[in-house]
Amino acid sequence: MSEIQTNDTGGGKKKGGSKQKKISVHVDFTPMVDMNMLLITFFMLCTSLSKPQTMEINMPSNDKSVTEEDQNKVKASQAITVVLSGKDSIYYYTGQPNYEDFNSLKPSSYKPDGIRALLLKRNDVAVSKINELKQKKLQLKITQEQFTEEAAKIKNGKNTPVVIIKATDNATYKNLIDALDEMQICNIGKYVIDTISAGDKFLIRNLQTKGELSRNIAK
Amino acid sequence: MSKIKVARKSTLIDMTAMSDVTVLLLTFFMLTSTFVQKEPVQVTTPGSVSEIKIPESNILQILIDPTGKVFLSLDKQPDMIETLTSVGRDLGVDFTSEELQKFKILKTFGVPIKSMKAYLAMSTENQDGVLKDLGIPTDSTDNQFKVWIRNARIANPDLRIAIKADQNTPYKVIKSVMTSLQDLRENRYNLITSLKVESVK
Repeated sequence: MSEIQTNDTGGGKKKGGSKQKKISVHVDFTPMVDMNMLLITFFMLCTSLSKPQTMEINMPSNDKSVTEEDQNKVKASQAITVVLSGKDSIYYYTGQPNYEDFNSLKPSSYKPDGIRALLLKRNDVAVSKINELKQKKLQLKITQEQFTEEAAKIKNGKNTPVVIIKATDNATYKNLIDALDEMQICNIGKYVIDTISAGDKFLIRNLQTKGELSRNIAK
Repeated sequence: MSKIKVARKSTLIDMTAMSDVTVLLLTFFMLTSTFVQKEPVQVTTPGSVSEIKIPESNILQILIDPTGKVFLSLDKQPDMIETLTSVGRDLGVDFTSEELQKFKILKTFGVPIKSMKAYLAMSTENQDGVLKDLGIPTDSTDNQFKVWIRNARIANPDLRIAIKADQNTPYKVIKSVMTSLQDLRENRYNLITSLKVESVK
């Protein structure tokens, strides 16, 4: 391949011969390969193939000009409050917190059978609709734009649960991302990250002490 | 005794095919990969199922390390100069054009504004060594982080904010960054994660 056969007609210097002289030009590619290997090594070490993923979030504005009336109140029946605490623990309560009953705050886990199972159950209508939509997309009945539009409509539809995520100071960033991830997996369109209140901290401590705090108050 | 004659064979191997393969590989790597950015602290981002890719340009990246130090990086050099000048103006530090030129080429920055002059005067190796112990102050009494973000936004209105934090960062730190952003009415931003595959069932 790297040989070039030149058909030298011998010019006129030699005997005026009709004999053709073959000169084989052999190019050695070994240094070329060496250099390429070096370059490849350089690129493999200094670059990364995968681009980082991102998660887009919209935080509520804490603008004071938004009046109480403009803020839409969450219906208690649709609200699920998820409390992220230290040591990868996660708790949740539905609707209004009940400070007297320590069992109103339920412990859960980040595992598939934990908080995800609960949210999927609460959001089953939207989840099944989204799955149908995904099927349609796979069969190429609808385009990507139609899909995103429809999916957004389903996610923000009526009777979908609203999840309030609250994290304590000793929860880690991973916990927060995991919680946000569950929202993606469970197709929940309405969720918000809120600051933890004293009441939520009370609930956690109450649960850990099996209702001691609320008994003390009742006395 | 008859002598066994070993046929002389040329040991020359044709490297052309090999060369073809390496060139192909090289082309592949050059086209698909992006350069790793030098960061002062090693950060492991948590995994998520999100599949949105981060946009190419106009990124203001907020890097948060596990101990809560905050660093910033901007991808456009003109923005860097403009931001530093206006931050300096706001916080009462004047920078010479030489210092601005030095600042322009920094990949990541995160130095309290008081020590910025001294930092810029250092050599590159010293800068790397010192940077990981510094960081932009984010506490409520001296929130220079807010000033940086505000001026970066003025310098480039199309800027997208991306937060890159280590997975073991306590939420407390994240919260202070998020509230600072909220105070500036930056309510939309991206959280950088790595890919994790997970199915619903």
